[in-house]
Amino acid sequence: MNKDEETMAINRTGIQGVPSRTKDLLESLSDAEPSSAGDADLMAAERNTYVGAGLAVGHPPPAPAKEANDPAADVRNVLAVGVLVDKLGERLAFERSGVRLYDALIAKLDASGKLEGGPSRDELVDIRDDEQRHFKMVQKAIETLGGDPTVVTPSADLAAVKAMGLPQVLTDPRTTLAQGLEAILVAELVDNDGWTLLITLTEKLGYKVAAKQFREALQSEEEHLAKVRGWVERLTMNPAALLS
Amino acid sequence: MTIDIFKERGISLEKQEFDWRDLVRVPYSKLDDDAFTRVRVILMNGIESEALRFSHACARVNKPLQLQLARVRRVEQHQQTLVNWLNPPDQNVLETTIGFEQVAIEVTASVAMHEPDPYLKQVYHFGMLEDFDHLYRYAALMDRLEGKDANALTQCYTDIRAGRPTLVEHRAPEDDLREPYDRAKAAPISKLNALTIMAGEHQTHDYYMTVGPTFADPVARQLYAEIASIEEQHVTQYESIIDPYETWLEKWLLHEAAEVYNYFGCYSQESNPRIRDIWERFVQYELGHLHYVMDLFKTVEKRDPEEVLPATLPTPVKYASHRTYVRKILNQEVDLRANGTQIVPLKDDSPASIAYRDRMNATGSPSQTVAAGYTWAPGGELAMRNGKAKEVQP
Repeated sequence: MNKDEETMAINRTGIQGVPSRTKDLLESLSDAEPSSAGDADLMAAERNTYVGAGLAVGHPPPAPAKEANDPAADVRNVLAVGVLVDKLGERLAFERSGVRLYDALIAKLDASGKLEGGPSRDELVDIRDDEQRHFKMVQKAIETLGGDPTVVTPSADLAAVKAMGLPQVLTDPRTTLAQGLEAILVAELVDNDGWTLLITLTEKLGYKVAAKQFREALQSEEEHLAKVRGWVERLTMNPAALLS
Repeated sequence: MTIDIFKERGISLEKQEFDWRDLVRVPYSKLDDDAFTRVRVILMNGIESEALRFSHACARVNKPLQLQLARVRRVEQHQQTLVNWLNPPDQNVLETTIGFEQVAIEVTASVAMHEPDPYLKQVYHFGMLEDFDHLYRYAALMDRLEGKDANALTQCYTDIRAGRPTLVEHRAPEDDLREPYDRAKAAPISKLNALTIMAGEHQTHDYYMTVGPTFADPVARQLYAEIASIEEQHVTQYESIIDPYETWLEKWLLHEAAEVYNYFGCYSQESNPRIRDIWERFVQYELGHLHYVMDLFKTVEKRDPEEVLPATLPTPVKYASHRTYVRKILNQEVDLRANGTQIVPLKDDSPASIAYRDRMNATGSPSQTVAAGYTWAPGGELAMRNGKAKEVQP
């Protein structure tokens, strides 16, 4: 490595910047053969040998007692309420984590300062507080249904697995505000579809009051999504923001 | 229910076999299994991790034992794999960390309750109150970083509140050493206790050192750095209570006995039948190892294993909440400090440790930062807030 290479901030992941090493590397393939026959399907087949064990990530809590104990209750309805509890748990966990994501984004904004085309602090605080209100709304909805809002439902658990990278991007001091907003965009996209599905489920089961509240939440989530999209787009078009 | 380790010979070493699918099972459920299933898996991974660590150290200075050590170690390697791979992939690093601290609290509390030597009992209390505080700090981190409730993992068995504050746990090395038990006089349970807790703490240290840098958040990275440092102190403490004049073979014998003892405790209390089968199998494997080493002990040292081991194993670690006991110790001993090998009142704290911790905390304390104003509540601290998440701060 020469002195320039040592001191320059260059990306070293590609092959074209190191033609000599690339040539040597490719030469090593001249007589290379796979050590066994087959292709990537073998991994899928092996993975599927475990599927047969029939073990789940976990189970949703029992459907709220009132429904489950009612002999007249439609069995399909009880099952659907179980799904609703699972999905309410997912929304609750997502909104609560969303508060923390926005906390991290606000801290990032505080460090970078406002950027042309990007959000103001007040705008982010407003969205963060919406997430908190939605979290509390779902908490109340679960309690009204007779459920336990502290339960981690399977859907909540898997939503957290899916979102595991988001706090990693947002709390990394090396990421820019624009990069943080792109992580938030992922969350908002998922959140919008999550609310839409929840409303469909709630309406189908006849929980009219909850459905009305959830539609209001969706409306504010749609506004969040539009705003975040706008910030991402404007900051992407603003080369100065890429470095801040 | 107990086990006669001289009569029960288990499965002989040459019949202890695995294949890759056997090693890699479907994990336990983070959501459905009892918290103590996770506690047992984490502890037994630590016990096996210690088995390998000890075996390698022994091999490096005992040429005549190298082949026998390698044979047993190969099986221990695969036992550790099978056990550790029972941790599920939806249980992230921080969630597993919560499990580690629950192990440190509940298993150490059980050990302390059963420890007949009052000095050793106090040492266990001392360490336990520090790990108790770590659970609180990590719970705050989990809540504030990921928006998750640590109690979903600890399942109301273990209190989540401050113990001896982590920032005062930093001590000079000379204040982490303790007096060892006397190998000729100590009760067998004292030896098994010490090995069990040392193994658990060593693994905790190694885990934090491995996973700490996987966090993006600098405060999380700092917290793992800080608590890993305390775990290193705990390893120093717990290895020093073990008589250093036990011979290598005597130590090996005790390690195998501790493995039988702990697997048996897991087997006798496991609620998940699939995992209970694993514990049962490994009780048999460890009995095989124990008898293999007993034979070596007789032929190499010309000593009777009954000099070292009890005929029947003591009462196992109790996998249950020790809330009442822990609260009592917290109430009575939280202000104690270490000075040399003694646990002392606050007023007698060691000047060397005070100077050391002042230096380490000179630019701030991660454990204080992460838990500033934090009180655990069901569902996390946000569940207790109405309306706005917090007041807007310009």
